[in-house]
Amino acid sequence: MSKPLSFYRSYFLSKTMFLRRRNGTDSSKTRVADPNIEKDGADNDDKKKDQYKMPQRRNYGSKKWSCWDNCCWFIGFICSIWWFCLFLYNTMPDSIPQFVTMAITGPLPDPPGVKLRKEGLTANHPVVLVPGVVTGGLELWEGRHCAEGLLGKRLWGGSFGEFYKRPLCWLEHISLDNDTGFDPPGIRVRPVTGLVAADYFATGYFVWAVVIANLAHIGYEEKSLYMAAYDWRLSFQNTEIRDQSLTRIKSNIELLVATHGGKKVVVLPHSMGVQYFLHFMKWVETPAPRGGGGGPDWCAKHIKAIMNIGAPFLGSPKSIALHFSIEVRDIAALRAQAPGLLDKDVLGLQTFKHLMRMFRTWDATFSMIPKGGETIWGGLDWSPETETVNNSAKKGTDNSTRNTGGNGNICDTKGVNYGRLISFSKDWAETHSSKIERVDFKHVAKGDKLTNSSNCDIWLEYHEMGNRAIKAVADHKVYTAGSILDLLHYVAPKLMARGASHFSYGIADDLDDPKYDQYKYWSNPLETKLPNAPDMEIYSLYGVGLPTERGYIYKVAPPSDCSIPFQIDTSVDGDSEDSCLKGGVFSGDGDETVPIISAGFMCAKGWRGKTRFNPSGIRTYNREYKHAPPANLLEGRGTQSGSHVDLLGNFALIEDVLRVAAGATGEDIGGDRVYSDIFKCGHFCRHFGMSVKFEKTGFEVLENVLVSILCVVLKKEHKEMTSH
Amino acid sequence: MPELMPAARLKREGLKGIHPVVLVPGIVTGGLELWEGKPCADGLFRKRLWGGGGFTQLLKRPLCWLEHLSLHNETGLDPPGIRVRPVPGLFGADYSAPGYFVWDVLVKNLAKIGYEGKNLHMAAYDWRLSFQNTEVRDRALSKLKSKIELMYRANGNKKVVVVPHSMGVAYFLHFLKWVETPPPMGGGGGQGWCAEHIKAIVNIGPSFLGVPKAVSNILSAEGKDVAYFRAMAPGVLDSGTLGLRALEHVMRVSRTWDSVVSLMPKGGETIWGNMDWSPEDEHVCDFSKKRYFRLSPSDNNVNNSNAKQVFRVKDPVKYGRIISFGKAASVLHSSQLPTAVLKEILHMNASRNFNSSCGEAWTEYDEMSRESIRKIGAVDKAYTATTLFDLLRFVAPKMMNRAEAHFSHGIADNLEDPKYNHYKYWSNPLEMKLPDAPNMEIYCSYGVGIPTERSYVYKLSPSNKCKHIPYQIDTSVDGEDGSCLKSGVYFADGDESVPVLSAGFMCAKGWKGRTRFNPSGINTYVREYQSKPPTSGIKSTTHVDIMGNIALIEDILRVAAGATGEEIGGDKIYSDMLRMSERINLRL
Repeated sequence: MSKPLSFYRSYFLSKTMFLRRRNGTDSSKTRVADPNIEKDGADNDDKKKDQYKMPQRRNYGSKKWSCWDNCCWFIGFICSIWWFCLFLYNTMPDSIPQFVTMAITGPLPDPPGVKLRKEGLTANHPVVLVPGVVTGGLELWEGRHCAEGLLGKRLWGGSFGEFYKRPLCWLEHISLDNDTGFDPPGIRVRPVTGLVAADYFATGYFVWAVVIANLAHIGYEEKSLYMAAYDWRLSFQNTEIRDQSLTRIKSNIELLVATHGGKKVVVLPHSMGVQYFLHFMKWVETPAPRGGGGGPDWCAKHIKAIMNIGAPFLGSPKSIALHFSIEVRDIAALRAQAPGLLDKDVLGLQTFKHLMRMFRTWDATFSMIPKGGETIWGGLDWSPETETVNNSAKKGTDNSTRNTGGNGNICDTKGVNYGRLISFSKDWAETHSSKIERVDFKHVAKGDKLTNSSNCDIWLEYHEMGNRAIKAVADHKVYTAGSILDLLHYVAPKLMARGASHFSYGIADDLDDPKYDQYKYWSNPLETKLPNAPDMEIYSLYGVGLPTERGYIYKVAPPSDCSIPFQIDTSVDGDSEDSCLKGGVFSGDGDETVPIISAGFMCAKGWRGKTRFNPSGIRTYNREYKHAPPANLLEGRGTQSGSHVDLLGNFALIEDVLRVAAGATGEDIGGDRVYSDIFKCGHFCRHFGMSVKFEKTGFEVLENVLVSILCVVLKKEHKEMTSH
Repeated sequence: MPELMPAARLKREGLKGIHPVVLVPGIVTGGLELWEGKPCADGLFRKRLWGGGGFTQLLKRPLCWLEHLSLHNETGLDPPGIRVRPVPGLFGADYSAPGYFVWDVLVKNLAKIGYEGKNLHMAAYDWRLSFQNTEVRDRALSKLKSKIELMYRANGNKKVVVVPHSMGVAYFLHFLKWVETPPPMGGGGGQGWCAEHIKAIVNIGPSFLGVPKAVSNILSAEGKDVAYFRAMAPGVLDSGTLGLRALEHVMRVSRTWDSVVSLMPKGGETIWGNMDWSPEDEHVCDFSKKRYFRLSPSDNNVNNSNAKQVFRVKDPVKYGRIISFGKAASVLHSSQLPTAVLKEILHMNASRNFNSSCGEAWTEYDEMSRESIRKIGAVDKAYTATTLFDLLRFVAPKMMNRAEAHFSHGIADNLEDPKYNHYKYWSNPLEMKLPDAPNMEIYCSYGVGIPTERSYVYKLSPSNKCKHIPYQIDTSVDGEDGSCLKSGVYFADGDESVPVLSAGFMCAKGWKGRTRFNPSGINTYVREYQSKPPTSGIKSTTHVDIMGNIALIEDILRVAAGATGEEIGGDKIYSDMLRMSERINLRL
């Protein structure tokens, strides 16, 4: 709250300043007419010191009012106003911002917790929160020399304070060992435990805090909430091997159920936590040496519902760009790092490579690579999104789409081949597959080393590829979700070898094949069976209505010694204003990070009813939340946001969560709630509305102001348009 | 870094952490945060009310803060509309939490030899509540049990080493009984749970038998250096809103905390001495060889200088009289003192007239008539550890009613009596049997050689105004040079807060060998840490600073790495502990 306030303060100040100045100039103008006074003023200029000492007496005596007097008066005025405001600000009770907000926007709706409490809802089922990638805090337990004295300080999350000063040291500690996927020798970085692990990511940037606060309103407290913190850098099974994280979760859930008189838990996984919890459910029922030995009915006994929030069940195309060239437009973490880290001269131009190296040591990121191959994500010439675009447009069934379309922000999906996750050049992205000659790259030998690559400070596997290999990769022209794996295996063999032993991305033909007992399949919903728990419920809660990265156009970077050889071709834009292609990135519908196909498919189809993936017929529900940007600056990140992280502050979502935690079933809260076409044809073609990009992490007040003004204007226009 | 010395050295020796470690904080060292509050605490959700963080926010509204820290006067639980809960975690997130500073050095040393979140745990509990209520309200004991079981299993079936500090000692005793008691009242771990899961309990600065300081706290909120007061003082005492009433406010709040009562002296006159006898009276004061003590700066107000002081005792001090009104009452032989006055006053109980001129009652003192206040405080009365309770029951009836349902301070005649299955006896070592765990070890580690408050000379407050605490320590009373009496307080040997008697007796005698309190013959060790003249941080042995004492840390690390009590040197005694214990006539 302090930021917007300080803005207001300075705003008022500048306004008063402006008024003062105008008065000042007015009065000096009138006096300029009198030559004597002007002369006097010049005199005064020479005797500045005297003026400072006793301007007042002079004024009294001479009854003259010079420019210099004005100046002094003005400065004094500003200073005293400033101090006064500062004083007011410091003595102000905390509730004032609320009054201001109320005055501007009218009474705010009660937060869902307060509202539901009035309805008589109370805490019932204990709640388990499973944080996602990058939102969980990490702290240092043992460090190298450069991290002396930082024991117990946060390396990730929190203020990042101490480590800003030594970015290289930070990178060294946050990276994992490239071969083992564990900590490098001499370094121990461990997840923060407790609710503090992921309530706020950085100061003031909430993750779970709003959900927790609302749960507290209906009576939850620390004993009935549990944050299943884990080291999100490690592969899922390694969190158990190193930290016994899965055992801890099991033990804590058992404790929660025992201390709440047998009431089952409601689990809220977010983002990657969704996959982590899938992994957990398989692990906990697997017999002891490889699993948790909870027995085949553990989930049925302990879990009431799993409410997956922003679930990347089937991965996210963003992770490909991350793996391939560390270029994501808006991954929250990097942005948050950026102001401090990217500007540091120490890293300079090599920042991205540093980040890439760090990123590539994190096994967990493999879990986000798109799963299900072309069956799910589309082949060269089809994709689940594009097939029905014309249908829905013609039928005009989707009214909400129409309305938002009125603002002229339709993303034109015509000619977009979402199935081609990576294309080298725009032409290849659009040409029909029969006209593309693809050259196989796998047999092209590597080793034709880049010149001087031995000089590079930072080692990347790219440096071992050589120009010929790079060219071969580019010659393959387009990659689908299936061939993308080959590509990654080719450009980063070691990395992928490590990743492949922990994760799998296929679709199972026969789920009873004993090989699927292996843990690498546990987090892939297309290669596991859900546990035998017919009373359990699975929800998928996700945002829609935001442009989400879905495919990329790449180019080969101009050859230089130590750079990453591939880049997103940001110069490429679509033909029309509202094309889905912007800056080399094809966008689809989603929550800015996870496309709806990944978030919604399993609950809408894959697990719906009794399928081979869901043999016991666990009920599933899709709940979509349409993105609406915050009405004004004071709403912060908005109460109706649909974006990946801000969704956790969405009032409608929180209300659903609270109701389920208080005992409601999926039917009670209204079953499915869908805006997208996820059911219509099993495909998700849709135009999306607001493309006003909202800065999530920067918190620059100015930006917020601009956006909020823009939004207000747009809203007004929209209102006028609809009223006419 | 010098503070990491022991661990760095031991690591070079090849020491590695083997047994998981559980830390149990004492009174006031745990953080508390707000989960639900009155309107005045708007915007403080999950902000710290105690220990680190948001103190600055709270200093703007000290009354609001005190309101939220108070518990309900009758139930001893939260007042309606307020939920304040303990903060879990080792480092307490990102803030440099002063609440945890006491553990900081130890945790860092443990980290050095390989400890981390999975094998190091800080038991978080609300230290304001009575021990059983932490389970009733927060399930704190269940959590601790589950955590210990988890750590035991997740670390290859290695038993845990428990390190309780100060009041945490009594809390953990309570836990030991609770965990083996069958479900409705206990944790249902079954006989042998402790034997299976616990390797050793290293009690630091243990207040097994209570501390006299607790008495002066309840009576007049004048614990000059009880930690909670010190923690409050910089904030509350300086803020103008409370002004001169700070003491009354502190008293009002702290009297709602049941846990304060757990610190009252246990064992009555048998342990603490009667009117004319005390275990220390001849020996502790036999300081003819002139020991030197440097008092910590916090004692400045008592001693007017922090220079080295001669602390020498000549007169036989009647330590048994924990509270005396007037110096004479503290010195004269008991036959010269009037007796049975208190009972008279207690009979007057019905006639207490509410002093309505004071308006709303601030403390329970306002509900007492002037007359009874005066009678209690009439010169020439002295109270021992036994009669003391009558006094307190009279001046603070509500508090004692509430708290005595949760704590007992006596000595059991027959431990087999089924009444001792009740939880109120579990934290009193003289009224409980240790669990059947012959391989477990119990250490009593504490500092010695620092003058420690042992008994007090009181007087009536001069002011007769409303809302004023009617008694105060008579700071004008001093013994002659070299006496144990300073500013109205008799000092004895200890660690500044806990007298050696309370800290060491159980390990030195009450549990030594196979006694009725320790039927399975658990090995006990007394480890004293002597205060040496250059008492810098790493060698300090005061109640709280001892947590940074390198000798103590080394002992803990060795035990955590698998050493037994014999291997680290068995008993290590500097004080008169043994002779004092002999003096105590307790059937074992």
